[in-house]
Amino acid sequence: MKYDGKFGKYGGVYVPELLIPAIEELEEAFYKFKDNEDFIREFEEYLREFAGRPTGLYYAENLSKKLGCKIYLKREDMLHTGAHKINNTIGQGLLAKYMGKTRLIAETGAGQHGIATAVIGAKLGLDVKVFMGSKDVERQKLNVFRMELSGAQVEPVDIGSKTLKDSINEAFRYWISNLDTTHYLIGTTMGPHPYPSMVKFFQSVIGREARKQIIEREGRLPDTVIACVGGGSNAMGIFSGFVDDESVELIGVEAGGEGIEGLNHGATITKGSDGILHGSLSIILQNDEGQIRNTSSVSAGLDYPGVGPEHAYLHSIKRAKYVPITNEEALDAFKLLCQTEGIIPALESSHAIAYAVKYAKKEENKNKTIIVNLSGRGDKDMFIVAKELGVEL
Amino acid sequence: MTKESYAQMFRNLENNNEGAFIPFVVAGDPDYETSLEIVKRLVDCGVDALEIGFPFSDPVADGASVQEADIRAFDSGMTIERCFDFLEEVRRYTSIPIGLLLYYNIIYKHGIDSFYEKLSNLDINAVLIADLPPEEAKDVIDISRKHDIEEIFIVSQSTSNERIGMITEIVGGFIYVASVMGTTGVRKEVENNTKELIKRIKKHTDIPICVGFGISKEKHVKEVMDAGSNGAIVGSAIINIIKENLNDKNRLYDEITKYTTSMKNATRR
Repeated sequence: MKYDGKFGKYGGVYVPELLIPAIEELEEAFYKFKDNEDFIREFEEYLREFAGRPTGLYYAENLSKKLGCKIYLKREDMLHTGAHKINNTIGQGLLAKYMGKTRLIAETGAGQHGIATAVIGAKLGLDVKVFMGSKDVERQKLNVFRMELSGAQVEPVDIGSKTLKDSINEAFRYWISNLDTTHYLIGTTMGPHPYPSMVKFFQSVIGREARKQIIEREGRLPDTVIACVGGGSNAMGIFSGFVDDESVELIGVEAGGEGIEGLNHGATITKGSDGILHGSLSIILQNDEGQIRNTSSVSAGLDYPGVGPEHAYLHSIKRAKYVPITNEEALDAFKLLCQTEGIIPALESSHAIAYAVKYAKKEENKNKTIIVNLSGRGDKDMFIVAKELGVEL
Repeated sequence: MTKESYAQMFRNLENNNEGAFIPFVVAGDPDYETSLEIVKRLVDCGVDALEIGFPFSDPVADGASVQEADIRAFDSGMTIERCFDFLEEVRRYTSIPIGLLLYYNIIYKHGIDSFYEKLSNLDINAVLIADLPPEEAKDVIDISRKHDIEEIFIVSQSTSNERIGMITEIVGGFIYVASVMGTTGVRKEVENNTKELIKRIKKHTDIPICVGFGISKEKHVKEVMDAGSNGAIVGSAIINIIKENLNDKNRLYDEITKYTTSMKNATRR
């Protein structure tokens, strides 16, 4: 291995020996192609032509007036397949192709990363197998169908929690058994090195664009950048554009679920402690004996007991702040954005909106300029929202 | 009982022209009492050492058999604290080497130093951490040496000679050879590459090696022994016997005795 993949003490390569050769191969390929002009040109072309970049930085005028702040939304919801996930799947899909792999595997919770992997697999002519907890398969039938339409094979995972956490375990197992042909396309900034750095690299386009756009619009940097954090890829993408600007406050919003007093949440940094899960040392939700907890959130994308190691690091050096938002607050924000701006946010992104509302209401934050990363659109969440609102579709 | 070392064990076996037969079970599968009785029966069959797993919520290096065993253990109320009690009782029953197989987070959360201190007090011989490659093992190696616990590492077909060299410098007890590229679990055949791998490792080092992952039949044991292995490790096949006989304890113990006796016999040249 060339690098240790550490962010302070966090990160690293905590994987079974059998995976090491694959990690070494991936690391070598990533550091080779990230500086390769042809690769970058092709990556950028796909981002533009296939995914629909750049995305707008939208001034949410009605919401801003209501809250007494200037709120800008980075419109990742406008991308192909409906969320920022596609930035990373294009990058890793191309990398897999450059590496001569013929198959992509992916984990998925709600199905967004699965879909983003399925479409790039179809586009690049790579087989796709998506591991999905059997509970999630049941809850997200529509997304299963969307993946299958693009030719992906959805593999229900019927063990353990039967959700995202176990679909990741299963993807790792499959990968260990099929290293030669297969690239494991992890959907967020977690996992062993080089994944956290690699996924950040492919998502950093969000932050680069947002920084340029806000300077064009406002002639200055924002006061605050807010993004939701599950594994943390959309947040790391937008934070990366501002992390060196000391004046910009960075806030990650976690799933408070039913409230962080109990166990039914996914507020990893807020409530967790240091530990090793899925290949890296980070902050995780665990019991006193180191067993990983099951999590709960109305938003499947935030329903994960770990977080990317670089977020744990930014938290430890106090460069970014992490806060929880409950299901209820997220649903209120969901409705608010629909009503004030005519934009239907993903439930994940609704957490970021909800915190922006809370934040803007504080006296000391009056008139601040805030960018909220609107990481995805809410079309996928219609059934869940309807159910929460007591509406029968 | 005082513990016998792996080195003594391999020396004795060599003198008798035998290989080691090492069964693996998860502590507390299907429950504490039954699991303890299973281990005692294994010892009574003359196994040469024990591999004991601590149940973990997310065992990525294991196949379905082991994960189901972990879940059975949890469902019966097994905890890490109880695993230490379990080890104490096992050690009281036998002096053969005991190795643990577990995931790093359990040790990390407990506190690395206090974990190894406990193992040392329990006369445990060795630890294999499934998700701790040599790159990340420095702290653990220093602490385990301090407490006189050996650290076992895995080598597979895809492990380069360079890495084998790196592993032989830190490994203790024996080198655990993964016979398949995959997770733990029963397989029909031993892969041909495994035999070549055994020879490749033997060129590098005199440290004993034991083959695991996918070993389930007497034939497999003979094959890996013929290729130069010093022993065989069997987990999933034994765990499957547990799974298939959950409703009939006597039958469960009988089946385990029958299976283990025949497998141990296969290690005699």
